[in-house]
Amino acid sequence: MSVTVKIPTQLRSVTGGESETTVDEATTVREVLDGLYERYDGLQERISEDGDLRRFVNVYVGGDDIRFLDQLDTAVNDGDEVTILPAVAGG
Amino acid sequence: MAAVEALQCKECRTSYPLEARYVCEHCFGPLEVRYDFSGLDSAEVKRRIQAGPQSIWRYADFLPFEQQPRTALAAGVTPLIRADRLAERLGLGEVWVKNDAANPTHSFKDRVVTVALAKARELGFEVVACASTGNLANAVAAHAAAAGLESYVFVPADLEEQKILATGVYGTNLVAVRGNYDDVNRLCTGLADERDWAFVNVNLRPYYAEGSKTLGFEIAEQLGFELPDRVVCPVASGSLFTKIARGFEEWREVGLVSSELPVFNGAQAGGCSPVAQAFEAGHEVCRPVKPDTIAKSLAIGNPADGPYALELARRSGGTVDSVTDDEIRAGIRLLAETTGVFTETAGGVTAATLAKLAERGEISRDERVVLVITGDGLKTLDAVRGSFETHEIDPTVESFGEVLGLETVSS
Repeated sequence: MSVTVKIPTQLRSVTGGESETTVDEATTVREVLDGLYERYDGLQERISEDGDLRRFVNVYVGGDDIRFLDQLDTAVNDGDEVTILPAVAGG
Repeated sequence: MAAVEALQCKECRTSYPLEARYVCEHCFGPLEVRYDFSGLDSAEVKRRIQAGPQSIWRYADFLPFEQQPRTALAAGVTPLIRADRLAERLGLGEVWVKNDAANPTHSFKDRVVTVALAKARELGFEVVACASTGNLANAVAAHAAAAGLESYVFVPADLEEQKILATGVYGTNLVAVRGNYDDVNRLCTGLADERDWAFVNVNLRPYYAEGSKTLGFEIAEQLGFELPDRVVCPVASGSLFTKIARGFEEWREVGLVSSELPVFNGAQAGGCSPVAQAFEAGHEVCRPVKPDTIAKSLAIGNPADGPYALELARRSGGTVDSVTDDEIRAGIRLLAETTGVFTETAGGVTAATLAKLAERGEISRDERVVLVITGDGLKTLDAVRGSFETHEIDPTVESFGEVLGLETVSS
Protein backbone atom coordinates (compact mmCIF):
# COMPACT_ATOMS: atom_id res chain seq x y z
CA MET A 1 0.00 0.00 0.00
CA SER A 2 1.74 3.11 -1.23
CA VAL A 3 0.68 6.52 -2.58
CA THR A 4 2.82 8.80 -4.73
CA VAL A 5 2.86 12.50 -3.88
CA LYS A 6 3.90 15.23 -6.33
CA ILE A 7 5.56 18.20 -4.63
CA PRO A 8 5.45 21.64 -6.33
CA THR A 9 8.58 23.76 -6.71
CA GLN A 10 7.44 26.15 -3.99
CA LEU A 11 7.66 23.37 -1.35
CA ARG A 12 10.88 21.75 -2.45
CA SER A 13 12.96 23.90 -0.09
CA VAL A 14 11.42 21.89 2.78
CA THR A 15 11.56 18.51 1.01
CA GLY A 16 15.28 18.73 0.36
CA GLY A 17 14.63 19.35 -3.32
CA GLU A 18 12.48 16.26 -3.81
CA SER A 19 9.72 16.66 -6.41
CA GLU A 20 8.06 13.33 -5.73
CA THR A 21 7.80 11.04 -2.75
CA THR A 22 5.74 8.10 -1.52
CA VAL A 23 3.67 7.60 1.60
CA ASP A 24 2.84 4.11 2.86
CA GLU A 25 -0.03 3.02 5.11
CA ALA A 26 -2.32 5.99 4.44
CA THR A 27 -6.02 5.55 3.66
CA THR A 28 -7.07 9.20 3.32
CA VAL A 29 -5.57 12.45 2.00
CA ARG A 30 -5.38 13.67 5.60
CA GLU A 31 -3.19 10.68 6.51
CA VAL A 32 -1.03 11.23 3.45
CA LEU A 33 -0.44 14.85 4.46
CA ASP A 34 0.17 13.88 8.10
CA GLY A 35 2.80 11.45 6.85
CA LEU A 36 4.48 14.26 4.92
CA TYR A 37 4.28 16.69 7.85
CA GLU A 38 6.05 14.13 10.04
CA ARG A 39 8.76 13.64 7.45
CA TYR A 40 9.37 17.25 6.38
CA ASP A 41 9.99 19.88 8.99
CA GLY A 42 8.25 23.18 8.14
CA LEU A 43 5.83 21.75 5.58
CA GLN A 44 2.72 21.82 7.73
CA GLU A 45 2.70 25.57 8.46
CA ARG A 46 3.21 26.35 4.79
CA ILE A 47 0.14 24.62 3.45
CA SER A 48 -2.14 24.14 6.43
CA GLU A 49 -3.80 26.37 8.98
CA ASP A 50 -6.01 25.36 11.93
CA GLY A 51 -6.14 21.75 10.77
CA ASP A 52 -7.37 22.62 7.27
CA LEU A 53 -5.58 23.41 4.03
CA ARG A 54 -4.74 27.06 3.45
CA ARG A 55 -7.10 28.73 0.98
CA PHE A 56 -4.61 28.93 -1.88
CA VAL A 57 -3.62 25.26 -1.83
CA ASN A 58 -5.13 22.75 -4.25
CA VAL A 59 -4.85 19.01 -3.65
CA TYR A 60 -5.79 16.48 -6.31
CA VAL A 61 -6.16 12.70 -6.20
CA GLY A 62 -5.60 11.27 -9.66
CA GLY A 63 -6.43 14.64 -11.24
CA ASP A 64 -9.63 15.29 -9.25
CA ASP A 65 -9.78 18.24 -6.87
CA ILE A 66 -10.47 16.87 -3.38
CA ARG A 67 -13.09 19.58 -2.89
CA PHE A 68 -15.22 17.64 -5.40
CA LEU A 69 -14.59 14.47 -3.35
CA ASP A 70 -14.51 14.15 0.44
CA GLN A 71 -12.04 16.96 1.11
CA LEU A 72 -9.27 15.78 3.46
CA ASP A 73 -11.22 12.59 4.14
CA THR A 74 -10.98 11.59 0.47
CA ALA A 75 -9.91 7.94 0.29
CA VAL A 76 -6.63 7.00 -1.33
CA ASN A 77 -5.80 3.58 -2.70
CA ASP A 78 -2.61 1.75 -3.48
CA GLY A 79 -0.94 3.36 -6.52
CA ASP A 80 -2.91 6.64 -6.37
CA GLU A 81 -1.15 9.87 -7.19
CA VAL A 82 -1.72 12.86 -4.91
CA THR A 83 -0.72 16.28 -6.32
CA ILE A 84 -0.25 19.45 -4.30
CA LEU A 85 -0.40 22.66 -6.37
CA PRO A 86 -0.70 26.39 -5.77
CA ALA A 87 -4.25 27.68 -6.39
CA VAL A 88 -3.20 31.08 -7.61
CA ALA A 89 -2.73 30.49 -11.34
CA GLY A 90 -4.94 31.11 -14.33
CA GLY A 91 -7.58 33.49 -15.53
CA MET B 1 9.24 56.15 -14.61
CA ALA B 2 7.59 53.48 -12.56
CA ALA B 3 8.26 53.16 -8.89
CA VAL B 4 8.27 49.38 -9.03
CA GLU B 5 9.86 47.83 -5.95
CA ALA B 6 9.32 44.10 -5.49
CA LEU B 7 6.91 41.21 -5.55
CA GLN B 8 4.93 40.84 -2.35
CA CYS B 9 2.60 38.19 -0.95
CA LYS B 10 -0.97 39.46 -0.74
CA GLU B 11 -1.54 37.32 2.35
CA CYS B 12 1.55 37.47 4.59
CA ARG B 13 3.38 40.42 2.93
CA THR B 14 6.68 38.57 2.41
CA SER B 15 8.73 40.29 -0.31
CA TYR B 16 10.48 38.64 -3.25
CA PRO B 17 12.70 39.93 -6.05
CA LEU B 18 11.09 40.88 -9.38
CA GLU B 19 11.54 37.52 -11.11
CA ALA B 20 9.34 34.78 -12.59
CA ARG B 21 7.52 33.63 -9.48
CA TYR B 22 3.90 33.82 -8.38
CA VAL B 23 3.46 31.91 -5.12
CA CYS B 24 4.60 32.81 -1.61
CA GLU B 25 6.85 30.06 -0.31
CA HIS B 26 5.75 30.71 3.25
CA CYS B 27 1.97 30.65 3.00
CA PHE B 28 1.20 29.75 -0.64
CA GLY B 29 -0.55 33.11 -1.13
CA PRO B 30 -0.45 34.93 -4.50
CA LEU B 31 2.29 37.44 -5.19
CA GLU B 32 1.65 40.87 -6.64
CA VAL B 33 3.80 43.80 -7.67
CA ARG B 34 4.56 46.43 -5.03
CA TYR B 35 5.31 50.04 -5.95
CA ASP B 36 6.35 53.13 -4.09
CA PHE B 37 4.36 56.02 -5.54
CA SER B 38 5.44 58.51 -2.88
CA GLY B 39 7.91 60.21 -5.25
CA LEU B 40 5.32 60.85 -7.97
CA ASP B 41 3.95 64.34 -8.54
CA SER B 42 0.37 64.09 -9.76
CA ALA B 43 0.59 67.05 -12.16
CA GLU B 44 3.74 65.67 -13.76
CA VAL B 45 2.28 62.18 -14.01
CA LYS B 46 -0.86 63.58 -15.63
CA ARG B 47 1.23 65.44 -18.21
CA ARG B 48 3.21 62.27 -18.97
CA ILE B 49 -0.02 60.33 -19.44
CA GLN B 50 -1.59 62.91 -21.73
CA ALA B 51 1.58 63.22 -23.81
CA GLY B 52 2.07 59.45 -23.86
CA PRO B 53 1.58 56.90 -26.64
CA GLN B 54 -1.90 55.77 -27.73
CA SER B 55 -1.50 52.47 -25.88
CA ILE B 56 -1.29 51.10 -22.35
CA TRP B 57 2.27 52.46 -22.14
CA ARG B 58 0.86 55.94 -21.46
CA TYR B 59 0.40 54.52 -17.93
CA ALA B 60 4.01 53.31 -17.66
CA ASP B 61 4.37 55.01 -14.26
CA PHE B 62 2.02 52.34 -12.90
CA LEU B 63 3.44 49.29 -14.67
CA PRO B 64 6.19 46.94 -13.44
CA PHE B 65 9.13 48.13 -15.52
CA GLU B 66 12.00 50.47 -14.80
CA GLN B 67 12.39 51.29 -18.47
CA GLN B 68 9.42 51.39 -20.82
CA PRO B 69 9.75 48.28 -23.01
CA ARG B 70 9.27 48.27 -26.76
CA THR B 71 6.33 46.15 -27.84
CA ALA B 72 5.38 45.09 -31.32
CA LEU B 73 1.60 45.11 -30.97
CA ALA B 74 0.01 48.05 -29.17
CA ALA B 75 -2.93 47.32 -26.86
CA GLY B 76 -5.34 49.64 -25.10
CA VAL B 77 -6.90 53.06 -25.62
CA THR B 78 -10.24 51.53 -26.53
CA PRO B 79 -13.45 53.56 -26.80
CA LEU B 80 -15.59 54.56 -23.84
CA ILE B 81 -19.02 55.03 -25.40
CA ARG B 82 -21.88 56.98 -23.88
CA ALA B 83 -24.82 54.55 -24.10
CA ASP B 84 -27.92 56.72 -23.76
CA ARG B 85 -30.25 54.29 -25.55
CA LEU B 86 -29.14 51.45 -23.27
CA ALA B 87 -29.63 53.68 -20.23
CA GLU B 88 -33.09 54.65 -21.45
CA ARG B 89 -34.07 51.03 -22.08
CA LEU B 90 -33.07 50.10 -18.52
CA GLY B 91 -34.49 53.21 -16.87
CA LEU B 92 -31.05 54.44 -15.82
CA GLY B 93 -29.55 57.92 -15.95
CA GLU B 94 -26.01 57.61 -17.33
CA VAL B 95 -24.38 54.47 -18.73
CA TRP B 96 -21.04 54.14 -20.51
CA VAL B 97 -19.73 51.10 -22.35
CA LYS B 98 -16.00 50.46 -22.19
CA ASN B 99 -15.57 48.51 -25.40
CA ASP B 100 -12.41 46.49 -24.89
CA ALA B 101 -13.23 44.33 -27.88
CA ALA B 102 -11.46 47.13 -29.78
CA ASN B 103 -8.04 45.67 -29.03
CA PRO B 104 -5.68 43.96 -31.54
CA THR B 105 -7.07 40.46 -30.87
CA HIS B 106 -10.52 41.73 -29.88
CA SER B 107 -10.48 41.29 -26.11
CA PHE B 108 -9.01 42.88 -22.97
CA LYS B 109 -6.42 40.09 -22.88
CA ASP B 110 -4.18 42.15 -25.17
CA ARG B 111 -3.50 44.39 -22.18
CA VAL B 112 -2.29 41.66 -19.85
CA VAL B 113 -0.34 39.87 -22.57
CA THR B 114 1.44 43.07 -23.59
CA VAL B 115 2.73 43.43 -20.04
CA ALA B 116 3.51 39.72 -19.56
CA LEU B 117 5.43 39.39 -22.83
CA ALA B 118 7.44 42.52 -22.17
CA LYS B 119 8.38 41.01 -18.80
CA ALA B 120 9.13 37.63 -20.37
CA ARG B 121 11.60 39.27 -22.75
CA GLU B 122 13.17 41.32 -19.97
CA LEU B 123 13.69 38.14 -17.94
CA GLY B 124 15.22 36.39 -20.94
CA PHE B 125 12.55 33.79 -21.75
CA GLU B 126 12.46 32.41 -25.29
CA VAL B 127 9.19 30.50 -25.05
CA VAL B 128 5.88 31.87 -23.80
CA ALA B 129 2.78 29.86 -22.94
CA CYS B 130 -0.65 30.12 -21.33
CA ALA B 131 -3.69 28.24 -20.08
CA SER B 132 -6.65 29.85 -21.79
CA THR B 133 -10.41 29.86 -22.17
CA GLY B 134 -9.85 31.35 -25.64
CA ASN B 135 -9.29 35.09 -25.55
CA LEU B 136 -5.93 34.74 -23.87
CA ALA B 137 -4.97 32.12 -26.48
CA ASN B 138 -5.69 34.63 -29.27
CA ALA B 139 -3.63 37.30 -27.55
CA VAL B 140 -0.61 35.17 -26.59
CA ALA B 141 -0.38 33.67 -30.08
CA ALA B 142 -0.59 37.09 -31.76
CA HIS B 143 1.76 39.00 -29.45
CA ALA B 144 4.29 36.15 -29.48
CA ALA B 145 4.21 36.15 -33.28
CA ALA B 146 4.74 39.92 -33.36
CA ALA B 147 7.60 39.68 -30.87
CA GLY B 148 9.23 36.69 -32.57
CA LEU B 149 8.87 34.40 -29.55
CA GLU B 150 7.91 30.74 -29.72
CA SER B 151 4.57 30.05 -28.04
CA TYR B 152 2.52 27.16 -26.65
CA VAL B 153 -1.14 27.80 -26.09
CA PHE B 154 -3.25 25.35 -24.03
CA VAL B 155 -7.03 25.43 -24.38
CA PRO B 156 -9.96 23.14 -23.51
CA ALA B 157 -10.64 20.92 -26.54
CA ASP B 158 -14.33 21.97 -26.69
CA LEU B 159 -13.56 25.67 -27.24
CA GLU B 160 -15.55 27.73 -29.77
CA GLU B 161 -14.27 27.21 -33.32
CA GLN B 162 -13.79 30.96 -33.85
CA LYS B 163 -11.35 31.13 -30.96
CA ILE B 164 -9.42 28.06 -32.17
CA LEU B 165 -9.10 29.51 -35.68
CA ALA B 166 -8.18 32.98 -34.44
CA THR B 167 -5.36 31.42 -32.41
CA GLY B 168 -3.89 28.87 -34.83
CA VAL B 169 -3.57 31.44 -37.59
CA TYR B 170 -0.66 33.14 -35.78
CA GLY B 171 1.52 30.04 -36.04
CA THR B 172 1.52 29.04 -32.39
CA ASN B 173 1.77 25.51 -31.00
CA LEU B 174 -1.91 25.07 -30.26
CA VAL B 175 -2.62 22.34 -27.70
CA ALA B 176 -6.27 21.27 -27.22
CA VAL B 177 -6.57 19.54 -23.85
CA ARG B 178 -9.33 16.98 -23.33
CA GLY B 179 -10.74 18.54 -20.18
CA ASN B 180 -12.21 21.80 -18.86
CA TYR B 181 -10.32 25.02 -18.18
CA ASP B 182 -9.50 24.01 -14.62
CA ASP B 183 -7.86 20.84 -15.97
CA VAL B 184 -5.88 22.96 -18.45
CA ASN B 185 -4.85 25.27 -15.64
CA ARG B 186 -3.73 22.39 -13.42
CA LEU B 187 -1.71 20.95 -16.31
CA CYS B 188 -0.02 24.30 -16.97
CA THR B 189 0.71 24.89 -13.28
CA GLY B 190 2.52 21.53 -13.33
CA LEU B 191 4.29 22.26 -16.63
CA ALA B 192 5.49 25.62 -15.33
CA ASP B 193 7.38 23.66 -12.67
CA GLU B 194 9.10 21.51 -15.27
CA ARG B 195 9.93 23.84 -18.11
CA ASP B 196 11.80 27.08 -18.31
CA TRP B 197 8.94 28.82 -20.09
CA ALA B 198 7.07 32.01 -19.35
CA PHE B 199 3.50 30.93 -18.64
CA VAL B 200 1.87 34.33 -18.72
CA ASN B 201 -0.90 33.44 -16.26
CA VAL B 202 1.13 31.09 -14.08
CA ASN B 203 4.72 32.06 -13.27
CA LEU B 204 4.36 35.55 -14.78
CA ARG B 205 0.88 36.12 -13.38
CA PRO B 206 1.83 38.94 -10.98
CA TYR B 207 3.03 41.04 -13.94
CA TYR B 208 0.32 39.88 -16.32
CA ALA B 209 -2.41 40.93 -13.89
CA GLU B 210 -0.96 44.45 -13.73
CA GLY B 211 -2.05 44.95 -17.35
CA SER B 212 -5.69 44.88 -16.27
CA LYS B 213 -5.19 48.05 -14.21
CA THR B 214 -4.85 49.96 -17.48
CA LEU B 215 -8.52 49.31 -18.21
CA GLY B 216 -9.37 51.19 -15.03
CA PHE B 217 -6.88 53.98 -15.83
CA GLU B 218 -8.48 54.47 -19.24
CA ILE B 219 -11.99 54.65 -17.83
CA ALA B 220 -10.85 57.31 -15.38
CA GLU B 221 -8.88 59.28 -17.98
CA GLN B 222 -11.71 59.11 -20.52
CA LEU B 223 -14.12 60.44 -17.91
CA GLY B 224 -11.84 63.45 -17.48
CA PHE B 225 -9.82 62.09 -14.54
CA GLU B 226 -12.89 61.16 -12.57
CA LEU B 227 -14.12 57.80 -11.34
CA PRO B 228 -17.56 56.47 -12.20
CA ASP B 229 -20.07 55.70 -9.43
CA ARG B 230 -20.44 52.07 -10.41
CA VAL B 231 -18.57 49.47 -12.46
CA VAL B 232 -20.23 46.32 -13.78
CA CYS B 233 -17.57 43.82 -14.82
CA PRO B 234 -17.39 40.11 -15.66
CA VAL B 235 -15.72 37.78 -13.15
CA ALA B 236 -13.85 34.65 -14.24
CA SER B 237 -10.69 34.32 -12.12
CA GLY B 238 -11.52 37.66 -10.50
CA SER B 239 -8.26 39.23 -11.64
CA LEU B 240 -9.67 41.89 -14.00
CA PHE B 241 -12.41 42.80 -11.52
CA THR B 242 -9.97 43.38 -8.67
CA LYS B 243 -7.27 45.04 -10.77
CA ILE B 244 -9.61 47.70 -12.16
CA ALA B 245 -10.26 48.64 -8.54
CA ARG B 246 -6.54 48.55 -7.78
CA GLY B 247 -5.92 50.93 -10.67
CA PHE B 248 -8.51 53.35 -9.29
CA GLU B 249 -6.97 53.09 -5.82
CA GLU B 250 -3.48 53.83 -7.12
CA TRP B 251 -4.75 56.95 -8.87
CA ARG B 252 -6.50 58.05 -5.71
CA GLU B 253 -3.24 57.51 -3.81
CA VAL B 254 -1.22 59.58 -6.29
CA GLY B 255 -3.92 62.25 -6.43
CA LEU B 256 -4.88 61.86 -10.11
CA VAL B 257 -8.51 61.37 -9.08
CA SER B 258 -10.27 62.41 -5.91
CA SER B 259 -13.62 60.62 -6.18
CA GLU B 260 -14.62 57.70 -3.96
CA LEU B 261 -14.01 54.11 -5.04
CA PRO B 262 -17.01 53.06 -7.20
CA VAL B 263 -19.44 50.30 -6.34
CA PHE B 264 -18.20 47.09 -7.99
CA ASN B 265 -20.75 44.63 -9.37
CA GLY B 266 -19.31 41.31 -10.55
CA ALA B 267 -21.05 39.32 -13.30
CA GLN B 268 -20.94 35.55 -13.68
CA ALA B 269 -22.78 32.96 -15.74
CA GLY B 270 -25.17 30.77 -13.75
CA GLY B 271 -23.48 27.68 -15.20
CA CYS B 272 -20.19 28.71 -13.61
CA SER B 273 -20.76 31.00 -10.67
CA PRO B 274 -18.50 30.00 -7.78
CA VAL B 275 -17.95 33.65 -6.79
CA ALA B 276 -21.64 34.63 -7.02
CA GLN B 277 -22.58 31.57 -4.97
CA ALA B 278 -20.03 32.41 -2.27
CA PHE B 279 -21.25 36.02 -2.27
CA GLU B 280 -24.84 34.91 -1.81
CA ALA B 281 -23.89 32.47 0.96
CA GLY B 282 -21.73 35.03 2.79
CA HIS B 283 -18.58 32.92 2.40
CA GLU B 284 -15.05 34.33 2.18
CA VAL B 285 -13.75 31.61 -0.13
CA CYS B 286 -15.24 29.98 -3.21
CA ARG B 287 -16.15 26.35 -3.47
CA PRO B 288 -15.04 25.20 -6.93
CA VAL B 289 -17.67 24.17 -9.49
CA LYS B 290 -17.68 22.18 -12.76
CA PRO B 291 -18.54 24.76 -15.45
CA ASP B 292 -21.47 24.29 -17.81
CA THR B 293 -22.26 27.54 -19.62
CA ILE B 294 -22.18 29.15 -23.06
CA ALA B 295 -19.95 31.85 -21.56
CA LYS B 296 -16.80 29.79 -22.05
CA SER B 297 -14.43 32.70 -21.57
CA LEU B 298 -15.76 32.96 -18.01
CA ALA B 299 -15.82 29.20 -17.39
CA ILE B 300 -13.32 29.04 -14.56
CA GLY B 301 -14.67 26.77 -11.82
CA ASN B 302 -11.79 27.37 -9.44
CA PRO B 303 -11.11 31.13 -9.51
CA ALA B 304 -7.67 32.15 -8.27
CA ASP B 305 -8.75 35.62 -7.13
CA GLY B 306 -12.16 34.54 -5.87
CA PRO B 307 -11.59 35.62 -2.24
CA TYR B 308 -10.35 39.05 -3.36
CA ALA B 309 -13.29 39.52 -5.75
CA LEU B 310 -15.68 38.75 -2.87
CA GLU B 311 -13.85 41.15 -0.63
CA LEU B 312 -14.01 43.95 -3.23
CA ALA B 313 -17.72 43.46 -3.97
CA ARG B 314 -18.52 43.65 -0.24
CA ARG B 315 -16.15 46.49 0.58
CA SER B 316 -17.45 48.67 -2.26
CA GLY B 317 -21.13 48.04 -1.49
CA GLY B 318 -21.56 45.94 -4.64
CA THR B 319 -22.59 42.39 -5.44
CA VAL B 320 -21.56 39.38 -7.50
CA ASP B 321 -24.56 38.19 -9.53
CA SER B 322 -25.18 35.41 -11.99
CA VAL B 323 -27.40 35.15 -15.07
CA THR B 324 -28.75 32.23 -17.09
CA ASP B 325 -27.65 31.25 -20.61
CA ASP B 326 -30.90 32.69 -22.00
CA GLU B 327 -30.28 35.95 -20.17
CA ILE B 328 -26.75 35.97 -21.63
CA ARG B 329 -28.14 35.68 -25.18
CA ALA B 330 -30.64 38.43 -24.41
CA GLY B 331 -27.82 40.55 -22.96
CA ILE B 332 -25.85 40.26 -26.21
CA ARG B 333 -28.90 41.41 -28.17
CA LEU B 334 -29.68 44.21 -25.69
CA LEU B 335 -26.18 45.67 -26.04
CA ALA B 336 -26.10 45.24 -29.82
CA GLU B 337 -29.52 46.79 -30.37
CA THR B 338 -28.98 49.79 -28.13
CA THR B 339 -25.27 50.61 -28.61
CA GLY B 340 -24.10 49.03 -31.86
CA VAL B 341 -21.55 46.99 -29.90
CA PHE B 342 -21.61 43.25 -30.64
CA THR B 343 -20.07 41.42 -27.73
CA GLU B 344 -19.22 37.81 -27.01
CA THR B 345 -20.98 35.73 -24.37
CA ALA B 346 -18.93 37.26 -21.52
CA GLY B 347 -20.27 40.69 -22.51
CA GLY B 348 -23.74 39.17 -22.62
CA VAL B 349 -23.22 38.14 -19.00
CA THR B 350 -22.19 41.67 -18.08
CA ALA B 351 -25.02 43.39 -19.97
CA ALA B 352 -27.58 40.95 -18.53
CA THR B 353 -26.23 41.61 -15.03
CA LEU B 354 -26.61 45.36 -15.54
CA ALA B 355 -30.22 44.77 -16.65
CA LYS B 356 -30.81 42.64 -13.58
CA LEU B 357 -29.38 45.26 -11.21
CA ALA B 358 -31.50 47.93 -12.90
CA GLU B 359 -34.60 45.80 -12.58
CA ARG B 360 -33.91 45.22 -8.88
CA GLY B 361 -33.79 48.98 -8.44
CA GLU B 362 -30.23 48.90 -7.12
CA ILE B 363 -28.99 51.69 -9.37
CA SER B 364 -30.20 55.22 -8.80
CA ARG B 365 -30.80 57.55 -11.74
CA ASP B 366 -28.04 59.97 -10.75
CA GLU B 367 -25.34 57.31 -10.97
CA ARG B 368 -22.69 57.20 -13.66
CA VAL B 369 -22.34 53.52 -14.54
CA VAL B 370 -19.58 51.88 -16.60
CA LEU B 371 -20.21 48.52 -18.23
CA VAL B 372 -16.96 46.66 -18.98
CA ILE B 373 -17.23 44.77 -22.29
CA THR B 374 -14.25 42.47 -22.59
CA GLY B 375 -14.58 40.68 -25.94
CA ASP B 376 -15.97 40.67 -29.49
CA GLY B 377 -19.17 38.96 -30.59
CA LEU B 378 -17.44 37.47 -33.62
CA LYS B 379 -15.67 35.11 -31.19
CA THR B 380 -18.88 33.36 -30.08
CA LEU B 381 -21.17 33.41 -33.10
CA ASP B 382 -23.17 30.37 -32.00
CA ALA B 383 -24.69 32.43 -29.19
CA VAL B 384 -26.70 34.53 -31.65
CA ARG B 385 -27.31 31.98 -34.38
CA GLY B 386 -31.06 31.62 -34.96
CA SER B 387 -31.90 34.59 -32.75
CA PHE B 388 -33.26 36.69 -35.65
CA GLU B 389 -34.90 36.27 -39.03
CA THR B 390 -33.24 36.76 -42.41
CA HIS B 391 -35.54 37.83 -45.25
CA GLU B 392 -34.62 35.86 -48.38
CA ILE B 393 -36.05 37.30 -51.59
CA ASP B 394 -35.76 37.13 -55.36
CA PRO B 395 -33.90 40.11 -56.83
CA THR B 396 -37.13 41.88 -57.77
CA VAL B 397 -39.04 44.83 -56.34
CA GLU B 398 -42.18 42.68 -56.09
CA SER B 399 -40.51 39.92 -54.15
CA PHE B 400 -39.01 42.45 -51.74
CA GLY B 401 -42.41 44.03 -51.03
CA GLU B 402 -44.11 40.68 -50.71
CA VAL B 403 -41.61 38.96 -48.43
CA LEU B 404 -41.11 41.96 -46.16
CA GLY B 405 -44.87 42.62 -46.11
CA LEU B 406 -44.40 46.24 -47.18
CA GLU B 407 -46.92 48.22 -49.12
CA THR B 408 -46.06 49.28 -52.68
CA VAL B 409 -44.61 52.77 -52.96
CA SER B 410 -45.70 54.78 -55.99
CA SER B 411 -42.94 56.88 -57.56
